[in-house]
Amino acid sequence: MYKLKECIIKISTVCLLIAFSSFAIADTLDDVKKAGMLKCGVSTGLAGFSQKDEEGNWSGLDVDVCRGVAAAVLGDASKVSYKPLTAKERFTALQSGEIDILSRNTTWTHTRDTSLGLNFAGVVYYDGAGFMVNKNLGVDSALKLDGAAACIQAGTSTELAIADYFRENNMKYKVVTFETSDQTRSGFESGRCDFLVSDQSQLYSLRIGLKDPAGAVVLPEVISKEPLGPVVRQGDDKWFNIVKWVVNASIEGEFQGVTSANVDEMAKSGKPGQKRLVGAEGDLGEKLGLDADWAAKVIKQVGNYSESFERNVGMDSPLKISRGLNAQWNKGGILYSPAMR
Amino acid sequence: MDNHTFTPIEARKPPSTAIGPIAWMKESLFSSPVNTLLTIFFGYLIIKYVPPVLDWAFFSANWVGTTQEECTKAGACWIFIKQWFSQLLYGSYPEHLHWRVNLALIGLVAVVVLQFFLPQHLRRKVGWVSLIVYPLISLWLMYGGLGLETVSTDKWGGFSLNILLAFAGILMSLPIGIVWALGRQSDMPFVKMVCVASIELFRGVPLITILFMGSVMLPLFFPAGVQLDKLMRAFIAITLFQSAYMAEVVRGGLQAIPKGQVEAANSLGLGYWKTMRLIVLPQALKISIPNIVNTFIALFKDTTLVLIIGLFEVLSTIQAALQNSNWLGGHHIEGYVFVAFVFWVFCYTMSRISVYIENKLDTGHSRS
Repeated sequence: MYKLKECIIKISTVCLLIAFSSFAIADTLDDVKKAGMLKCGVSTGLAGFSQKDEEGNWSGLDVDVCRGVAAAVLGDASKVSYKPLTAKERFTALQSGEIDILSRNTTWTHTRDTSLGLNFAGVVYYDGAGFMVNKNLGVDSALKLDGAAACIQAGTSTELAIADYFRENNMKYKVVTFETSDQTRSGFESGRCDFLVSDQSQLYSLRIGLKDPAGAVVLPEVISKEPLGPVVRQGDDKWFNIVKWVVNASIEGEFQGVTSANVDEMAKSGKPGQKRLVGAEGDLGEKLGLDADWAAKVIKQVGNYSESFERNVGMDSPLKISRGLNAQWNKGGILYSPAMR
Repeated sequence: MDNHTFTPIEARKPPSTAIGPIAWMKESLFSSPVNTLLTIFFGYLIIKYVPPVLDWAFFSANWVGTTQEECTKAGACWIFIKQWFSQLLYGSYPEHLHWRVNLALIGLVAVVVLQFFLPQHLRRKVGWVSLIVYPLISLWLMYGGLGLETVSTDKWGGFSLNILLAFAGILMSLPIGIVWALGRQSDMPFVKMVCVASIELFRGVPLITILFMGSVMLPLFFPAGVQLDKLMRAFIAITLFQSAYMAEVVRGGLQAIPKGQVEAANSLGLGYWKTMRLIVLPQALKISIPNIVNTFIALFKDTTLVLIIGLFEVLSTIQAALQNSNWLGGHHIEGYVFVAFVFWVFCYTMSRISVYIENKLDTGHSRS
């Protein structure tokens, strides 16, 4: 009997220890530096955002955020260990410390930001639900779609967005729902509906899959807000700042005209703003706890926002997404980095 | 003198109504009005659907090239499979280390084959060694360490991951299942309760739920900084689930053994463990083989479910490949046909092996 008692006491002590130790606050920057590797949560595959190639290498707009952070912190954009996550497990993985940063086409919403113990470190892609119609329909605006039939993937937030949109504009529509995005596409292709609704970023990849991609057009209307950005754990402000400013540095790099090709020159002969960005002047890096040339490394190894965008989803990629909302603020978009000084 | 010799008439061929293709057709295709109708119906289906499928899969399929753009013919784009072949088999396992995966898989085949072709007296010794030593060796080969380059588990993937999960699952679940099955029949109330509870808990919950628990809930209970590998969590989930099924399969075998066997063993003075080890289990496991193989094949196919927790087994590799922006042309059919074919080949092979084992271990229970 004594032995049993002793055993129970031991077990409960261990349990308590485990419970208490989980309150210890971790320093992500130190952990990453110690491991020499950034653990980055990505999606299991989303064209242009985080995708695997035949050699198993990851690329994409979301992936570039992680590569940028790795370049800034570790000096090498390739020191990233990618953890593919499904939509359901992404937040747990971040909360439990399995990953250091979540960059997985995650929409920044009030609920997620306030109730999950997470912080959104900026926006790398302004997405939103949009429409794709058959060119033969001759429709150039979503407002002309009254009475048309819509192909929608069941259970997505798009379903709610389109319901709101048509009600606001006093229009009627019929719904044809499908289980997966592929079925939605083939439904559209076989003429089961007049238009297809999905997030803009996916409309383009769905369009490429059509037998005649040129026969379909994406309408200009965006009917919901889906700002996608990287996420970090709450309670580690140092790390939060680093991720936030790596995203900003890439946007500011484009604004200042600093590219991966000219970043070295800029350090010598740039304008004051450019010199500050690449670390030739000022102490921006030091304040983040990084090297002075942290932003230069990001831009040199990953490119500025424009380079990353065009390479992964823009005109240099098969997706051919136009900048739209994701252009700089002075070029018709809403990308705006806070001041780098 | 007349020479009378008996020359038999040459045997006549049977009438064409009794032998030959016409007779065969009459016998097996048109023997009754219903059969005639069925023959015409299925003949129509075959003629209508088989040539287009063959045409798609072979005659106008695209075999040569490296990119999607070279898939110009109307048939299947097998270039897609060809280009992703290494990912489909090995995942992101470093290419120069593929030999380690191959070696582990060859070892697996060798262990299984050795079990049946070694002489009786060697078989048992080798069997124990291979059941305990081989898994450690293959783990070392796959993971590395001790002189080999380490390959973290997030790089494992493809079809080799399915095979690995299935075999590791079966290897672990067999002993656990046997213990649970014995415990379920035990006279000791506490042991019995624990075993019944475990079996009913894990058998009553879908595998997807257990996998989700393992991947989403479990990490939250660990202290910060302590992480159990994702593959390990999936493996534990699969093992527990499979053990519950295995326990019931073994229990079926145990209940088929007449009580007289146990009584005879008792009267010889054998204790519980000796009775089980020498008398009951050998007989019970033998009659359970078809069911064990059955659950194994089910488990093998269930390993694709780990895709819902983001592990890159063969099916999720296909899905990831379909999302690559250079391969967005919709190669779903090629991908899924390939996966289905590979799984069919493996499962069919296993069921043949099972038949072979049964014949080899024939105990006179066969009905034919």
